[in-house]
Amino acid sequence: MTTPTAVALEDAKVAFRLGDGRVYTAVEKAHLTVAQGEFVAIVGPTGCGKSTLLNVAAGLLKPAAGSVRIFDRPLAGLNRDAGYLFQADALFPWKTALDNVAIGLEIRGTARAEALPQAQKWLTSVGLGAFAGRYPHMLSGGQRKRVALAQVLIRDPKILLMDEPFGPLDAQTRQVMGNLLLDLWNADRKAVLFVTHDLEEAIALADRVVIMSAGPSSRIIGDWRVTLPRPRDIFEVRLDKEFHALHREIWSVLKDEVMKGYAQSTHAAEAV
Amino acid sequence: MSRVSLLALQLLVAIVGIVLWQLLSTVPVFGKILLPPFFFSNPVDVLDQIVKWFVSGVIWKHLGITLMESILAFVIGSLGGVLIGFWFARQPLVAAVFDPYVKMVNALPRVVLAPIFALWLGLGIWSKVALGVTLVFFIVFFNVYQGVKEVSRTVLDNGRMLGMSEGQLMRHVYWPSALSWMFSSLHTSVGFAVVGAVVGEYLGSAAGLGYLIQQAEGVFDVAGVFAGMFVLSAFVILIDFGVTLVERRLLVWRPTVDGRG
Repeated sequence: MTTPTAVALEDAKVAFRLGDGRVYTAVEKAHLTVAQGEFVAIVGPTGCGKSTLLNVAAGLLKPAAGSVRIFDRPLAGLNRDAGYLFQADALFPWKTALDNVAIGLEIRGTARAEALPQAQKWLTSVGLGAFAGRYPHMLSGGQRKRVALAQVLIRDPKILLMDEPFGPLDAQTRQVMGNLLLDLWNADRKAVLFVTHDLEEAIALADRVVIMSAGPSSRIIGDWRVTLPRPRDIFEVRLDKEFHALHREIWSVLKDEVMKGYAQSTHAAEAV
Repeated sequence: MSRVSLLALQLLVAIVGIVLWQLLSTVPVFGKILLPPFFFSNPVDVLDQIVKWFVSGVIWKHLGITLMESILAFVIGSLGGVLIGFWFARQPLVAAVFDPYVKMVNALPRVVLAPIFALWLGLGIWSKVALGVTLVFFIVFFNVYQGVKEVSRTVLDNGRMLGMSEGQLMRHVYWPSALSWMFSSLHTSVGFAVVGAVVGEYLGSAAGLGYLIQQAEGVFDVAGVFAGMFVLSAFVILIDFGVTLVERRLLVWRPTVDGRG
């Protein structure tokens, strides 16, 4: 591939020290690359360490072994090229929607008078132009995600890291948000690393779907290219024959891991 | 229920209470007055006393002193509580070292400190301010400490990923979070500032509402004691109303109980 690599995890291993001194290995030797302009989705059973891997790419976690390279430079500290969309609510509850979006620029030293109109523009592009003065608690879950998306995108990061961003939303809102994300992404095609447990969502959105095995010591066990044409409409693409074939193929691998992950989580609960 | 009828009912309670008090303290029931005036006075005398205070103007000086002491106690106590609360929350080692002492001082009933403060700071306003500060400080301190400690992990990570420096995290994340906790205890801490001032005055002073009540009590002037109590409650309700206004202005971003602003 000739396009430069945006994110490269090379044999990254992530381990945590538990309270009793034992070491818990979350992820073992993960090798993963995201090319510039590529949309990669990571799918895996609950507790497989997919969010952990994302945090490593963000620089919020340091790998115990292996390396992280961002645009071919080793990552030290936080990943300054990346915008991160969290699963949980991460907006500042004491700021209005407008201020929440503007803060991304203000941090960088942009004057407030200059940041506010841009923030308003971004709010409008996520469909919340009329909600600028609302505080997060006055917005619905889906609207808060839109604000969070605008907050991240206004900084124009080269890489987007997304940790089950639409997980807490209801099924219909998720699809609407998926389409909004694809529309925005289509404009400048950033590198995206998108974590989800929803295989359909992954196939509908991504260029590549990466499957992780059940934890602990989970590893990447599969990597599929999605060749569905773009631009896509999430509602339509699910009816496509190719979509179904791919879904069946990936699911046959993922299913075993999901069952394993489920067995492990119930087993672990018994041990405790 | 409409506002008007609620207000009417509230007024009714006051009227019934006052009328009962007046009747029982002046009209004998079966040849006996149930509320002897010496111990219970009566509403007319109490009102008379209050009117006299306001007409002659002596009350303003005492109200002014108590208000001044309360404000000083509140401001100094809050400032100290915010600063130390912040410091302890950001430096776990410091917090751990001082933890037993903080608990010890907080466990102390503040009234026993009043004589010490009177000794150290004299009988003027500062010994009362000091007493109020010891009350306000701990409320604000614990709240701010909690507020900084309990900043949502995700919100913090979000701040970091958006590129905030430590200073910016302080300004945009820790500070508003701590303030919101402090304001949630605003009613309590303002109330305690007044308590500190009045108790201090009561135990030894030459002016203030506490002094007024203590003086009346000294000469068995029950009407004076009740009058002082009524003025004091009206004073506290007024301050509390002011606090509510400030709170509404500052905490617009917080969900109310029904989930809507």
